[in-house]
Amino acid sequence: MLKRFTTDFTVVAAEMIDCEYVLLTLKHPEQLPEINAGQFVEVKLPDSATSFLRRPISIHDVNRDNQTLQLLIRVVGNGTKLLSLLTIGDKLNLVYPLGNGFSLDKAGNRPLLVGGGVGVAPMLYLGKRLVEMGAQPEFLFGARNKSGLLRLAEFEKIAKVNITTEDGSVGTKGFVTNHSAIESNIANYSSLLVCGPMPMMKAVAAKAKAAGVRCEVSLENKMACGIGVCLCCVTETKEGHKCVCSQGPVFEINELKW
Amino acid sequence: MVDLSVNLNGLQLKNPVMTASGTFGYGYEYDDFIDVSSLGGIIVKGTTLAPREGNAYPRLAETPQGMINAVGLQNKGVDYFCKNIYPKLTKYTTNVLVNVSGSTIDDYVECASRINELDAIPAIELNISCPNVKHGGMAFGTNPVATEEIVSAIRKVYHKHLMVKLTPNVTSIVDIAKAAEAGGADSVSLINTLLGMAIDAERRRPVISTITGGMSGAAVKPIALRMVWQVSHAVKIPVVGLGGIMNATDAVEFLIAGASAVEVGTANFIDPTITVKIVDGIRDYLERHNMNSVSELIDSLQTE
Ligand SMILES: Cc1cc2nc3c(=O)[nH]c(=O)nc-3n(C[C@H](O)[C@H](O)[C@H](O)COP(=O)(O)OP(=O)(O)OC[C@H]3O[C@@H](n4cnc5c(N)ncnc54)[C@H](O)[C@@H]3O)c2cc1C
Ligand SMILES: Cc1cc2nc3c(=O)[nH]c(=O)nc-3n(C[C@H](O)[C@H](O)[C@H](O)COP(=O)(O)O)c2cc1C
Ligand code: FES
Repeated sequence: MLKRFTTDFTVVAAEMIDCEYVLLTLKHPEQLPEINAGQFVEVKLPDSATSFLRRPISIHDVNRDNQTLQLLIRVVGNGTKLLSLLTIGDKLNLVYPLGNGFSLDKAGNRPLLVGGGVGVAPMLYLGKRLVEMGAQPEFLFGARNKSGLLRLAEFEKIAKVNITTEDGSVGTKGFVTNHSAIESNIANYSSLLVCGPMPMMKAVAAKAKAAGVRCEVSLENKMACGIGVCLCCVTETKEGHKCVCSQGPVFEINELKW
Repeated sequence: MVDLSVNLNGLQLKNPVMTASGTFGYGYEYDDFIDVSSLGGIIVKGTTLAPREGNAYPRLAETPQGMINAVGLQNKGVDYFCKNIYPKLTKYTTNVLVNVSGSTIDDYVECASRINELDAIPAIELNISCPNVKHGGMAFGTNPVATEEIVSAIRKVYHKHLMVKLTPNVTSIVDIAKAAEAGGADSVSLINTLLGMAIDAERRRPVISTITGGMSGAAVKPIALRMVWQVSHAVKIPVVGLGGIMNATDAVEFLIAGASAVEVGTANFIDPTITVKIVDGIRDYLERHNMNSVSELIDSLQTE
């Protein structure tokens, strides 16, 4: 496991996207430590009467030269609302890097990175790392509509992006499992690396299983500590309850009781 | 130099700050963040005779300034603890206490006698107060007769420091504390979690799988403080105070109320370095108030 830290970062950019998402760029006071793709941070919320615990958020991107991390956050409740109100110069305390991350060494040379909604967040750093390693990843993203497709320009710089939208406004109409990448070409990929809503991950996992393609999913259970001590975040696996925070969030689907 | 050490009825602590069971894992999860040995003691996760899978997910509800958990004593059992976890704990130069839990007296006794054989464990915290297990657990701690019975049974097989952890989910915690003392406890710790509940209004469903669960965090502090004050004036054995301690001032309040030491729980989730900050903050407080030792602070509430 990589060494973990608790550090005050400084907000150097805070960009609202479509009133529903915020992209935070956070600067570390020194060199960033080693971080695996698919790892996450636990963010300490600004003082609040009702939101008490830290919030787990995936690491969206890492820029070593600028000593910055990026978080891509969907505003769904009070905690994420508070994060969307941060402005340049604010401090934000992170406990990080947490969890295991995706298995880059097992992804093979043609992995398909599947993201649904804000589940695309960990896919940017993941895609970059895979390209660095010489792999040729492809993305497959699903969203409700055009405005739910996040950071498309950034993703397109790295690899081909396949798209599905529920309303058909861009790409294939339907869910990611309706896209030809999964429906007809799944066996061409060396592995599937997935993050998104539970029903989507289960549907993709079922396709991967049927096709015999290696598949890893990133779970988003509710967390208190993020470091494997409270045992609140467990998921059922074939070896009993495992902590999503410290033994995940990424699991190979055959470990799970799916 | 102020003296932070505390003698807890024979159990020597280098400072009054310990960690609460179930919130600090086995200590080593915090090695990246703090020097665990610099604390007065650590109390590891609740350990039962047989392995327990715990309750179903979801196990967590956030509440205003607090949380409700329904972990249900998930642990790998005392044999696994002795064989695989204990060897990793002997590196710590502070007190490592095991929180002993169970559902029958026989289970508790067997578990405690296994722990008694571990040289590097100077004390146990007997958990007769867990609200998250269906049988036993809190049932012992809500009845003075059952409390005295189980504490005396453990006393016969456990020969080191016996701390008994009390539940706040009772009419009179003082009666339970006295029963623990009569049964032979060397100290009592309080409070365990308060029985609480959270509902998801939109879905008209309970938030956690067990419907009710144990509430902890800042919100419970006033109740914990009141109970520590009441109990410390009713028993002769030392009291360890906990419940909602989030910072050094909170810890100081418990000491003033009569606690001889404190445990920090849920606050570790929000700041994994909070325990060492609390030790430093207590030292600062003593210096600011021209006190030479923690003992001057303990039970120093002025009511005139
Ligand atoms: C490992 C991990 C990585 C994550 N990465 C990201 C990320 O990169 N970007 C992002 O926007 N979100 C991410 N999440 C989800 C994020 O943590 C939650 O959305 C956030 O905690 C909600 O906080 P809140 O106070 O705004 O909402 P709350 O007031 O706590 O809840 C509002 C609503 O959101 C739902 N909700 C709360 N927590 C979760 C959760 N963990 N998963 C799904 N729904 C939830 C609640 O059920 C409720 O309906 C991640 C979660 C985990 C566990
Ligand atoms: C996630 C969680 C797990 C807990 N597990 C245990 C346990 O195994 N044994 C025990 O005696 N108390 C357990 N507790 C109770 C705490 O040790 C403590 O008594 C309680 O949380 C109040 O203190 P706090 O407000 O500082 O957290 C647990 C609490 C939490 C939040
Ligand atoms: S969130 Fe505490 S163990 Fe995972």
